[in-house]
Parts: sequence; C-alpha cells; structure tokens
Amino acid sequence: MNKIFTIAKRELHVFFDSLMAYILLVAFLGFTGAFTWLFLTDVFLYNQASLQSFFSVAYWSFFILIPAITMRMFAEEKKSGTLELLLTKPVTDWQVVLGKFLAAITLIAIALALTLPYYITVASIGPLDHGTVWTGYFGLLLMSGVYISIGLFTSSITDNQIVSFLLALFIGVFFHWIFGIIASGLTGFLGNVFQYLSVNTHYESVARGVIDSKDIIYFASVILIGLIATEAALSKRNMVE
Amino acid sequence: MNIVVKNLTKKYGSQNAVDDISFEVKTGEILGFLGPNGAGKTTTMKAITSYLASNSGTIEIGGVSVTENPEEIKKFIGYLPENNPLYEDMPVIDYLAFVAELQDIPKSRIKSRILEMIITCGLDAEKHKKIGELSKGYRQRVGLAQALIHDPQVLILDEPTTGLDPNQIVEIRELIRNIGREKTVILSSHILAEVEATCDRIMIINKGKIVADGTPEDLRKQATGREVLKLTIEDGDRNEIYSALQQVESVEVTDFGKLNQQFEVQSRPGASSRRAVFELCKQKGWVLTELTPIETKLEDIFREVTLN
Repeated sequence: MNKIFTIAKRELHVFFDSLMAYILLVAFLGFTGAFTWLFLTDVFLYNQASLQSFFSVAYWSFFILIPAITMRMFAEEKKSGTLELLLTKPVTDWQVVLGKFLAAITLIAIALALTLPYYITVASIGPLDHGTVWTGYFGLLLMSGVYISIGLFTSSITDNQIVSFLLALFIGVFFHWIFGIIASGLTGFLGNVFQYLSVNTHYESVARGVIDSKDIIYFASVILIGLIATEAALSKRNMVE
Repeated sequence: MNIVVKNLTKKYGSQNAVDDISFEVKTGEILGFLGPNGAGKTTTMKAITSYLASNSGTIEIGGVSVTENPEEIKKFIGYLPENNPLYEDMPVIDYLAFVAELQDIPKSRIKSRILEMIITCGLDAEKHKKIGELSKGYRQRVGLAQALIHDPQVLILDEPTTGLDPNQIVEIRELIRNIGREKTVILSSHILAEVEATCDRIMIINKGKIVADGTPEDLRKQATGREVLKLTIEDGDRNEIYSALQQVESVEVTDFGKLNQQFEVQSRPGASSRRAVFELCKQKGWVLTELTPIETKLEDIFREVTLN
C-alpha cells in the first residue's frame, strides 16, 4: 500500500511541477465556470437554482482532459526507459498501475474541489437540490475513473503520447456517446445491452440522485477491466511462447 | 549472495538472444561481461533482475529463484540499466528519496542514506538540480547512487562508465572495486581495459553463448599458450645473434625487431626461453639490454573468440 502512495505522490509532484497541471486546471475551471454563470439566468426563469449546465460541461471536459492527463503516464516511461528502472525496484506491476490510477483520480478530485465555490455561490442565489449536487459530483468521479483506466491502458500499449491520447479518445467516445446512440436505434435485448454499456446511462442515473448498486457495479467493473488490461500490457514483456 | 544461472535461454521471435548459458558468480566477485553489440549481455542482465522472463532455464540469487520470487529478489539487487534512464523532471535529491522509499528503507534512515550516496557519488553541488539539467557524467553518478542507495547485496551494472571523463572513470572503478569486496557484482562493458582494470573474472559472450570465461591471466594463457619475448642484444653481429637464437632448443621462431639490435623470439608451446637466452649471451659475451615478455592483449583474445 505504501508503495502505491509513493508512486502516486511522485506522479502528482511531477504533474504540479510542470505547466501541464495548471493549463489543464485553468482550462477546466474556465470552461465550467463560464457555462455555469452564462446559464445561471435560468434561476430567474424557473425560480430554481441548478448546477445542471456545470455538470454537463464537466462531463464533456473530463472526457477530453483525462486522456491528456493519462497519456504520458506509461508512454513517457516506456520511451525513456524509466519503466524498466521502476519495475526492477521491489514493486509489483499492480502497485505501479494502482499508483498511477490513484494520482490521476486525485487530480480530478482536486479539480472538482476547486469548483465548490460555484456550488456555494449558486446555492446562495436560489433554492438548490443539494442531494443531486453531491451525487452529481460522485457521478463525475466515477465516470472519471472509467476514462482514467481507459487512458492508462492506451498509455501502456504505446510509447507515443499522441497515439495514447487519440486511442483513449477513440475508445472513450464509444462509452461516452456512440453506445448511447446505437442503443436509441435498437430495441429489445441488443438495445438494452448498448444502453447498459453507455457511461451516460449510469452517470445520468447517479447524477439524478439515485445511487443504485447496478450503476456502481457498472463503473467498478469497467474500471477494473481497464486496469487489468493495463497490468496485462505491462507484464506482456514476461510472456514466453 | 551467489548468482547461479543455469541453462538460460531467451528468444526474441525465432532468434536466440541468449542461448543455453550457465554460469555462477560468487560473493566478493566482480564479473565483467564482455561481448560485441547484440551478444546478449543486456538480455542476460535483464533476466537476472527479473525484468525479462526467460524461455527456459533458471536463475537463483542466494538460493532463491528469480522467476518465482521476484519481489523477494528485487530488494537485494541494485540495477543500473543500459542508457541509464532517469526521471528528467525530478531534482536529484527528490529522485533519490523516491527510490529510497520504493526500496523500503526505514523513514528514519532515508535522509542519512541519501546524504551518504550524494557524498559517495560526488553529487553534492548538483543535488538540487533537476536530473534533466545534469551533464552525462553526473547523470551516470545519479544512476549509480540510485542503484546503491539500499546497500544491495547484488549489483548489476550495464555499462556503468559510459559518458564519464577519465578521472571519473577511475573514481567509479574504485567505487565498484570497494563494493565488490563484500558484494556480488556483474558489470558489462565493451571497453576491454575497463573490464580488465575492474573485474576479477571476465566472461566473453558472443551470439548468446559463452565463448570465454576466466581471470584475465587465464584468458591470455588459453588464447596463446606460447611465450613471446622481445630482446635487445648488443655487442654482437646482428646476423650472428639471429642464427644463434635460432639454434636455441626451446625457440620456435626468431624475428628481427623494429630497432637495429632487437629480436622477437617465440618459444615452443609450454616452453620458456628466458634462461636459455641469458646463458647464450653469457657464453658469447653479448650484452642483454632488454628482455620483455610480450603479453597477448585482451583485444586479441576478444577478436579471436568473437569473430567466427
């Protein structure tokens, strides 16, 4: 467990030492902030304050920003050879994968924590459904977990960061969007399958304030599959035919 | 801790990078790995560090299998990979702290260990700089510092002195020799002089197979087995001396040397002509001003065993 923290700590340290972290945070806060305030006029229309626009913008910006965070995590280490150095230390492949996952999810949590002032100010303007705000945050965190584990996987199979980024977006867009579209065009069993696969279905349901075990199981299993695939990609070097 | 490698084979595709090699390295021994590029040195080292799994064969360190207990084994190994990869964006001191934590050094000892390493490896002036800003020589020192920080029982160094200047090379060799007294060290190099200066034992591998193994002296004997002497004999006629040398029983070939009164004499296998040459000069009243045994250079051995 300690090793996982050591690895996560290093990742975060390096991240905040570079300009990258600040660019991503500013981009994220700028986007979400602008939309939150722009559509705040709804308060006067419905006499009900809401963070709906914030959540939908955050939903899309994480989809794009997360691959930018995860793309270097393995690709860079593979390219420079430091991965070999890291894996010959007394750590397991799993500890490395989990350490990097923990670093990325912490970064997302920090980004979300920085949006709390939006919540506080909006809440002071009009009546707000506090429960759905918290479940909305929770949903964003779960969704981020899915894209982080996809991003880590694509980073672990290449030593090119751009390839990793694009591949993560490509895989991500299915979960984010395409499965939902396919589902809406299908009925019956297949329709249900694609409906179930879509991140959107589960995110919406959590964000509405219903925390169902069905959704939690979905998020947990997609994250787990991504991490297992990442670990498999790392230990591929040890495969002998 | 002894390293025992048995029948190690590693294939890349259909090519055997390492082909059924076996060897043993004992505690207190410094083994030099020599070989042309692509001979399998790095692959063997990676297998010993458990980074690469072999196709067949076993590796044991201190009696524990590397493939079965990698987590156990990794604690005892200090490893400097080829090309010395490092986190460019970390300051030296932070990087060493990171490695120390991964190596399970107790929290209370981390600071003093880092300081020790910084002094041993001569990094004091650079300790707060980012690794990416360091020159190649200093990067190499950081690479050594991270390999040594947990005081490992086994040290695996893949080309440890590349990029160092001659003074640094001498320092690093000294350091490796000191460590090698109690530890088990394997280092690879393509610089023959370096291996000769640092190692107790040399192993030359070519195309994945061990082609020579022994102390530098052993290898020389194996390669030639014949004594070659360089002589300078004065106060006598050149041709007369030449034919007299030819007559000596233990001499097989005589040659004129580069200088006027210089000769080169090769003895028959297993024989030595030194005494006979001296006796001959005494008898004829010649003056022997030089008698130098010519050593077979390690370069020659290396070429001989790797060129076919």
